Amino acid sequence: MIDIKLADEIYKLIYEASVALPDDVYDALAGMSAREDKPLARELYGCIFDNVKKAALLDRPICQDTGSLQFFLKAGSKCPLLGDAEDSIKHAVIAATRGIPLRPNAVDSFAERNTGNNVGEGAPFIEWEIIPGRDDLEVTVYMAGGGCSLVGRSKVLMPLEGYEGIVKFVFDAVVEWGVNACPPLIVGVGIGACAPTAAMLSKKAVLRPVGSKNANRRAREMEEHMKRGLNSVGIGPLGMSGKESVQCVNIEYAAHHPATLAVGVSVGCWATRRKTVVIKADGGRL
Amino acid sequence: MKIVLNTPIKDGDIETLKIGDVIYLSGTVGTARDDGHRRVVAGGILPEFDLRGGAVMHVGPIVKGDKDSGYEIIAAGPTTSRRMDLYEKEFIEKTGVKLIIGKGGMGKKTAEACKQYKALHCVYPGGCAVSAAAAVERVIGVEWEDLGMPEAFWILRVKDFGPLIVSIDTEGNNLFEQNKAIFEERKQKAVEEVCKHVGFSHE
Repeated sequence: MIDIKLADEIYKLIYEASVALPDDVYDALAGMSAREDKPLARELYGCIFDNVKKAALLDRPICQDTGSLQFFLKAGSKCPLLGDAEDSIKHAVIAATRGIPLRPNAVDSFAERNTGNNVGEGAPFIEWEIIPGRDDLEVTVYMAGGGCSLVGRSKVLMPLEGYEGIVKFVFDAVVEWGVNACPPLIVGVGIGACAPTAAMLSKKAVLRPVGSKNANRRAREMEEHMKRGLNSVGIGPLGMSGKESVQCVNIEYAAHHPATLAVGVSVGCWATRRKTVVIKADGGRL
Repeated sequence: MKIVLNTPIKDGDIETLKIGDVIYLSGTVGTARDDGHRRVVAGGILPEFDLRGGAVMHVGPIVKGDKDSGYEIIAAGPTTSRRMDLYEKEFIEKTGVKLIIGKGGMGKKTAEACKQYKALHCVYPGGCAVSAAAAVERVIGVEWEDLGMPEAFWILRVKDFGPLIVSIDTEGNNLFEQNKAIFEERKQKAVEEVCKHVGFSHE
């Protein structure tokens, strides 16, 4: 069933995510722009900030590709909204597509027909996590653009290929396809036992704020080394070459099988649009 | 000096332009993505709007309104041009388009076509969709609405549309291919360096 209060909050969340950059992304781009010294790259940063300003002024989505809508829910096990959440999200997506407006980006597979409202089989994508004991609902929306989704891939390495194999896999993907994915990028890396685990963790890594520190010392060091390495490639804003390439490299991981070392990579573009809200048990925003 | 191209574009207008040059466009632009290219090349169907000497942009805009009330472009940044590599040569051949606008680079086959038919591929800054929409004076028309909003063939009148960075020129020089070689070389070095620090084993 649709919970109108919850659906209204989700609509608001989608709206806010589509018209403004998250603070962490804005700050990262501002820093990179200030450090840039190539004239063309500086001009491109100027275009980026001019566009962000215009979007705020005109109340419009920053980018025409408002993405495939993906929702990551952390729901308290005692949350009374569990049963209504999916219907409410779908309702909000249809309303937001018409109201904001968003670009209709759900193409029914096999029928190959655009549904026109961003809802279709398995769309919007919804991922659940249950938090024991709580009664609230944390909702994160992520607008997965086509250009940056094209970079995504995962592979199961053999353990003897080691973390070196992971580095090579990520660098190959980012340098080959990241150029077209509207850099400076947020690079998410997932490590786990099999391809789908690693892929999902790489998406969750993109959701982690730019500048946040990995709690694991080795993972944290690997993030830093990879960031420095990718920046030394100098892909620059919009792939037109420049001083740096990425906003950050974030790694999320799970234990892996003794016989496998799976890696996944997902990237967010300069206009990474994601936002989180906590909904109270009564359907209102915290 | 600001270089502004006006449609229809003649060979002489673009032959002196080189990769890395920044230009602007005033005139009409048609939009085409994957399905539009497929319809022209594989389907053999041309839009009614004549693209000879014109510009095509790889974009799926957000459009508000309808036929009766009129259309308004809300956001219209470029999409990844590389997806159209498969069909772009034949698209240029069949439509006579002179300017292709998108984001990211295009490959060898498209570069050859730019040389053969005297056309340019240019990059509009990706993601700058509201700025792009602001340069659209009006929507002249739309064809192929059956393909859905992003894939339809929108005909737009633009003014001072840019910056457009020339990525393939009429001699077939390819900025992204040149950069790619440089990035590739730097990548090898970077991977070697990073790998020195990630030889994690049993702790």
